[in-house]
Amino acid sequence: MEQFILGRLTWSSLPHEWFTLGGTVAFATILIGLTIFLTRVKRWKWLWNEWLTSTDPKKIGIMYIIIAFLMFLRGGLDVVMIWLQQTIGTTSSPGYLGATHGYLSADHFQQIFTAHGDIMVFFVTMGFLFGLINLIVPLQIGARDLAFPFLNSLGFWLYFAGVVLINMFFVLGGEFAAAGWLAVAPLSELQFNPGVGVDYWIWSLQVSGLGTLIGGINFVVTILKMRAPGMSLMRMPMFTWASLMGMILVISIFPILAMTMILLTLDRYLGMHFFTLDNGGNAMMYWNLIWMWGHPEVYVLIIPVFGIYSEIVSTFAQKKIFGYTSLVVAVGAITLLSFSVWLHHFFTMGAGADVNAFFGIMTMWIAIPTGVQIINWLFTMFRGKIIFKSPIYWFFGFVSTFTFGGMAGLLMALPPVDFQVHNSLFLVAHFHTMIVGGALFGIFAGFTYWFPKVFGFKLHERIGKYAFWTWLVGFFLSFVPLYILGMMGAVRRMDTYSPSLGWQQLFTVSLIGACVIMCAVGLQILQLVVSIIQRKQNRDLTGDPWNGRSLEWATASPPPFYNFAVIPQVHSRDAFWEMKNPKGISSSEVAKQKKTSIKYEDIELPKNTPMGIYLSGFIFLFGLAMVWHAWLFAIIGLVGAICCVILRTFDEHTEYVLTAAEVEQIEKKLRAKS
Amino acid sequence: MKTLSRIIVSLFVIVDVYFLGKILLGGENIQVLNPKGIIALQEREVAYVAVFLMLVIVIPVFIWAFYVGTTYHEGNKWAKYTPEWDHSTKLQAFIWAFPIAIICILCVLVWKTAHRLDPSDAIASTQKTMTIQVVATRWKWIFIYPDQHIATVNLLEIPENTPVHFMLSASDTPMNSFWIPQLGGQIYAMSGMATQTYLMANGVGTYRGANSEINGAGYAQMTFTVNSVTQNDFTNWVARVKQSATPTLDLNTFNKLAQPSQNNPVAYYSSTQDNLFTTIVTKYLAPGKGMEGM
Repeated sequence: MEQFILGRLTWSSLPHEWFTLGGTVAFATILIGLTIFLTRVKRWKWLWNEWLTSTDPKKIGIMYIIIAFLMFLRGGLDVVMIWLQQTIGTTSSPGYLGATHGYLSADHFQQIFTAHGDIMVFFVTMGFLFGLINLIVPLQIGARDLAFPFLNSLGFWLYFAGVVLINMFFVLGGEFAAAGWLAVAPLSELQFNPGVGVDYWIWSLQVSGLGTLIGGINFVVTILKMRAPGMSLMRMPMFTWASLMGMILVISIFPILAMTMILLTLDRYLGMHFFTLDNGGNAMMYWNLIWMWGHPEVYVLIIPVFGIYSEIVSTFAQKKIFGYTSLVVAVGAITLLSFSVWLHHFFTMGAGADVNAFFGIMTMWIAIPTGVQIINWLFTMFRGKIIFKSPIYWFFGFVSTFTFGGMAGLLMALPPVDFQVHNSLFLVAHFHTMIVGGALFGIFAGFTYWFPKVFGFKLHERIGKYAFWTWLVGFFLSFVPLYILGMMGAVRRMDTYSPSLGWQQLFTVSLIGACVIMCAVGLQILQLVVSIIQRKQNRDLTGDPWNGRSLEWATASPPPFYNFAVIPQVHSRDAFWEMKNPKGISSSEVAKQKKTSIKYEDIELPKNTPMGIYLSGFIFLFGLAMVWHAWLFAIIGLVGAICCVILRTFDEHTEYVLTAAEVEQIEKKLRAKS
Repeated sequence: MKTLSRIIVSLFVIVDVYFLGKILLGGENIQVLNPKGIIALQEREVAYVAVFLMLVIVIPVFIWAFYVGTTYHEGNKWAKYTPEWDHSTKLQAFIWAFPIAIICILCVLVWKTAHRLDPSDAIASTQKTMTIQVVATRWKWIFIYPDQHIATVNLLEIPENTPVHFMLSASDTPMNSFWIPQLGGQIYAMSGMATQTYLMANGVGTYRGANSEINGAGYAQMTFTVNSVTQNDFTNWVARVKQSATPTLDLNTFNKLAQPSQNNPVAYYSSTQDNLFTTIVTKYLAPGKGMEGM
C-alpha cells in the first residue's frame, strides 16, 4: 500500500547532500520571502486576478520573461560550478567536500551540466522567446488577442510546471539526470541510470514540451488568421515572419521529442527494449530521433532572433529593410533545411562516406541563407542613418561572434574535420557562440528595444552599454579558451584531467570569463532597477520612442489590454511608418481619415480563467508522481487533468464584451495622459 | 565613454595576444594542429583549406560591416541617406551568388574529403596493415592484438609507419568515442556493434588517447597512452608481453575485467582466447542466431 501511495519516495531520498540542501534552502527562502512580502502588501488577490489567471498575451509574455530570467540565474550558477570544478579539479588536486578531485563528484558534476543544458535551452532561451513573441507578435499583426487565449495561458503554466519539475529534486530529493542534456540512450536506460534523475528529465520536458507545442499551434493560427485587414503575408514584419517559421518548426518537431521520450519511458517503466543494449534494442535509433528533433530545435532558438535583428536594424538605421523578399526566403530556407542535417551530430558513428557527405553538404547549404541575411542587414544600414543605441550594439556584437561561430560550425560540417573536434570543447565553444552570441544577444537586443512598448519607459541607456561591453569581454574570455582547449584534445563533460596537459590555465581564463559575464548580468539587473527608479525621466508618452515602423508602435505604451481601440488598416510593409509619413494622400485627406476613423465598436475579449493553472497543476502532479512511481497520485493527477478538460469544454462563457462606450472612455483617459 | 572604450580595446588586445600566443607557441600541446599521423595530417589540411575558403567571404563582410558602421551613423552629416531604397535585383543576385559560389566549392570539398578520409578506407602503404581490436568497457580501453595473441588495458603499442586497422566495439557500456587527436579522428565504439577506422603514426612518439562520449562516472579518466615505436621495438615488446607472467584473456577474465572500475592502471595479457572480439560483439544477439544475425 505504501508502495502504491509513495512509490520510491522514502525518508532517505530527501535532500541531504550539501548541494541539494543548498538548493532547498535557497528555494525555501525565496518562497517564504515572497509569501511574506505578498501578504504584507496584500497583493494576493491582485496577483491572482490580474496576473496568474490572465489570458492577456502581454501579461503572459511578462510572466514568461520573469521565469526565464530566474532560470537564467540558476543556469548561470551551474556554469560557475562547472568551470570551478574544471579549474581546480585536476587529478592531482586533493579533493574537497568528499569529492575525489576538485569539489564535485563525477556524478554530481554530470548532473550539473545536464541541468545547465536543459535549463538554458528549454527554460531560458525558449522562455525568453515565447515571452517576446507573446508580447509583440499580436501587436505587430494588429490583433487584439491570440487565436486561442486559454491555450496560451495553459501553455505558459505547463512551461512553469516543467520549470518546477526540473528543480523539484531540490525539494523532494533524488537526483537529476547525469546523461547530458539530451539524455542519450543507452546511458539514460535503467541499466546505467536506475535512479529518478532521468525520470525527472523525461517528465519535466514532456510537460513543458506539451506547453511549447500548444504555444506553437496557437501562434501559427494567430499569425495566419488574425492579421489586420490589408496585411498580406508579404507585408508582415520580419519578426512576425521569423516567429511564424519558428513556430512551424515547433509544431513539426515537438511531436518527435514527445514520441522519443515516450519510447524511453516505455523502456524505463515497462521494461521494453527500444534503446537498450540487449534484446534487440537499438540506441542509434534514439540518437537519430533525438537529433531529428534536436537540430531543428536549435533553429527554433535562433530563427525568431533573426527576426528581432531585422526589426532593430531597420528601425535604428532609419531605413526600409533591404531585401525583404530575400530575408523571407532565407528564413524559410533555414526552416526547411534544418530538417535535413541532423546526422551531422554523429558523423563519428561510422555511417559511411555517402551518408556523411550528404548531411555535410546539407549543413553547408544552411550557411547560404544565413550569410544572405547578414549581408542584407548590412545593406539595410548602408546609406542609412544609424542611431547607436544599445540594441544596435548587441547587433554588432552578434555579427562578430556569430560569424566566427558559424565558421566553426561549417568546419564541423566537413566530416573529416568533425572527426577531429567532435565532442571536444571546440564543439562546446561553437554552439555556445551560436546560442549566446546569436540567440541570447538578440534576446537582450529585443528586450531593450521593446521594453518601452511593454512598460511605457525606456531602459537606462548608459548602463545598458556598459552591460553590453562587459558581456562581450566576458563572452570572449569564456569561449575562446574552449576553442583552444578543444584543439588541445580536451573532451567535453570531463570533471577531471591530468595537470601535465597544461589545460588548467585556459580553464581558469574561462572561469574568469564566467565571472565577468556575472558582472554583466549584474549590470543588467542594475539597469533594470535604475530604470524603474528613474522611470519618470525615461517615460515615453508617444508610444513610439524609437520612431518605429511596424504596428506595435501605433498603439499606446503600455498598450491597453485590448491592444487597438480601432484595428488599423494596413496598406504597405512598414505599416506604421506609412501612417506617420503618408504618401500619395493629401494632408486634408489624412485629417479627414483621422476624424472618421475614430469610430469605436464593441470588442470581444477572453475572460480570465484559472483553469490553465488547475489543469497544469494536475499534469504536474501526474509527472511528479510518475517520477517516483507513486501510482495513486499519478491516477489522481491524470483523472484531475481529464476532469479539468471536460469542465473547460462545457464552459460556454469564456468571453465578455467591452462596449464601444467603455472603449471610448479608456481611450479618452489614455489621450489625456499623453 | 572614451576611457571606457580605451579600457575595453586594451583589454581585447591583451586577451587576443594571450590567446594567439597560446595557439602559436602552444606547439605540441595544440594536438589537433600538430598531427603525428597521416590521417590527422590530412584532416588538418581539410580544415585549413575550408578556413581559407570561408575567409574569402568572411573578411569582406567584416570590412563591409566596419565600413557601414563607421560611415552611416547619425553623426556623419556627409553620408548619403536613402531611407526608401530597399531593393536592387542586381545586388540581390550578387548577395545570393557570392555565398552560393563559396559554399558550392565547400560542398565539393565535403564530398571529396568525406570519401577520401572515410574511416573505413584502408591506408595505402608498403607495410602490411596490422589489426587491433578495441573494446570499450566501463571505464577502460581493452586492446586485443589478434595476430600477436596478446592484449593490453589502457595502453596501445603500435609500430611506426604501419597502417593499423582498428576494429571497435564495446561491452555493457553506453556509447564511447575512440580518439587519438595526434593520429586521427574519432569513431564510436558501441556495444553490440562493430565499427572500424584506419590510423598510422608517422614516427616514434607517445600520444594521448581519450574517450569523448560520456558513459558514466569514470568517463573523464577513461584515457589511454599510445606508444608509437620502431618495428624492432614493437616485435621485442610483443615478445616481452608474451613471455611475461600475465594471465590469458579469455571470456571469463574478460567478464571480470569488464566490471565497472575507474582509473585503471596499464595491464598486459600474455595470450588471448580466439574469437574473443566476435564473441563480445555478438553477445547481445539471441542465442542460436550467432553470426547470421549480423
